[in-house]
Amino acid sequence: MTTKPKTLVTGVIGSDTHIVGNRILSMALEKSGYKVVALGALTPSTDFVKAAVETAADAIMVSSLYGQGELDCRGFRELCIEAGLDDILLYVGGNLIVGKHPWPTVEKIFLDMGFDRAAAPGTRAETVAEWLNRDFAARAQGLHRAPD
Amino acid sequence: MSAALLIDFGSTYTKLRAIDLAARSVLGAGQGPSTVTTDITIGMKAALADLERHLGGLPKFKYRLASSSAAGGLRMVTVGLVRELTTEAARRAALGAGAKLVGTFAYRLTTADINKINMLSPDILLLAGGTDGGNSEVIIANAKSLGRAAFNCPIVYAGNRAAEEDACAALSGKTVIVAENVMPEFNVLNIEPARAAIRRIFIDRIVHAKGIDRAQADFDAVLMPTPAAVMEGARLVADGIDGRGGLGPLLIVDPGGATTDVHSVADGEPAENAVAVGLPEPRVKRTVEGDLGMRHNAATIAEVAGLDHIAADAGLKPERASALLSAIARDVERLPQTTEEIALDLALARAAVKHAVARHCGTVETVHTVHGAVIVQHGKDLSRISAVIGTGGAIVSSSDPYAVLMMTLANPESPLSLRPKSPRLLLDRHYLLYACGLLSTADPQAALELATNHLEPLTEEKPHERAHCA
Repeated sequence: MTTKPKTLVTGVIGSDTHIVGNRILSMALEKSGYKVVALGALTPSTDFVKAAVETAADAIMVSSLYGQGELDCRGFRELCIEAGLDDILLYVGGNLIVGKHPWPTVEKIFLDMGFDRAAAPGTRAETVAEWLNRDFAARAQGLHRAPD
Repeated sequence: MSAALLIDFGSTYTKLRAIDLAARSVLGAGQGPSTVTTDITIGMKAALADLERHLGGLPKFKYRLASSSAAGGLRMVTVGLVRELTTEAARRAALGAGAKLVGTFAYRLTTADINKINMLSPDILLLAGGTDGGNSEVIIANAKSLGRAAFNCPIVYAGNRAAEEDACAALSGKTVIVAENVMPEFNVLNIEPARAAIRRIFIDRIVHAKGIDRAQADFDAVLMPTPAAVMEGARLVADGIDGRGGLGPLLIVDPGGATTDVHSVADGEPAENAVAVGLPEPRVKRTVEGDLGMRHNAATIAEVAGLDHIAADAGLKPERASALLSAIARDVERLPQTTEEIALDLALARAAVKHAVARHCGTVETVHTVHGAVIVQHGKDLSRISAVIGTGGAIVSSSDPYAVLMMTLANPESPLSLRPKSPRLLLDRHYLLYACGLLSTADPQAALELATNHLEPLTEEKPHERAHCA
């Protein structure tokens, strides 16, 4: 196939300096054939969106490890819509909420916010790459994302 | 004797500097009016006659090089996509080429934007948008709108390479010069190719379009816009030749009648333990503050700094300062005469320099994370540069150039601003930076030595000495 590789914007949102996991994920996704625009740590939500506009990204992958993810990610989908990225694929992952909450509760919070997938702590990079492949394939069929 | 003639076709004056190339010294200066709107040769002849009077005859010049900011300067409009990304990169490319930015547009151009561009009627339009392989939709749409527009100036295309063909097709009928993308990858700044393209168009077309080439019997070449010549001079004085003879990282401040220009030649990298965010900074950077001009924008200097502050600095009552400011607005050609006017001009220059340099320099902020405090840097860290050079009439003819240049320094009252801490303060008393910039293209060694011989160190004692003499 000669289609150009899909572009992903990655970064760690908010005042979060935990860069290692995000870097491993970015490298793994690059290896899987994606073009990765890595914004690194301490990235405001608006910077994800600006980078996605300029690079015509196909997905934004938001990491949050310090427990403030719910606050930082609130309104993220709206920000994308505001910038004309209505249908961009949005993933979020990491230690999204402080304290002990069952994963389905946490996942629901983020899916309700407009993220297409939320990755629980310990999710492997291969799994994320697999989701992306399936979701992009589903989008080629006119679906929003692949079914679970 | 081997001599060079350096010409600045300015907006108000045609200025000449005659240089002894062997002695690295100034033979003399000449000045005439700027007559570009009628016939540029008139002002040039007057300036040459003035120089001849000073020298008692004109030597044969080995080089006769010119820069120009006449006829409104190199008026440019830039267009980009995201304001903080390709739009900012395009702005920096234009400013770095010595242009006068008359309009900056982001995202999709509207009909109102196109009307405004038609009205502005720029000399060159720089079209950017999208990283290579990134967004092409907006730049193609913008190219289509621009292609249909009435204005007719050369367009530099420095956007997404993937959109180049479609954009150029949409711009058929216009003159288009393609340069490398100002932002080929996300957050990678690549402004040199666009700058070079702008410079080329300036030499090939704008010089003719503005009627400057009518004086071509009196010069060999018009090489660049005057702000670009000052920038080349700055680069030479900072870096020297092959890394030798330069003064090291430096900043130049030039408060003019309409704007205050600041140039820096420095990496501006963050100090240890700070993290830089935002667009990478060009090593040679020019900023132009359109609201800080000693004559045309004196009122806005007072607005920015506060009228009370300006008045207090000048030792005047606010009502008196306000009246004097109105007098300047009524007659922008007027130069300060009375003690009060001279004091007000000094206060205006100090405020313009302070705010222009503060905006040019970076800032730090502390971000509190679960790992403790992290220092985040925006813009260039110029706290450790070696020299600050003041140039332009507002500093040179001010009653206290040292007091003006002091305002560039770091101040404990604003600890988050990364302004120079302990640079040497130098005065370009003979207005030679543009001349050195021009001469650096022909004889860099002479240009460098000329600059370093003539930049005058300022110390606190100087004004007192002068006061005694007076």
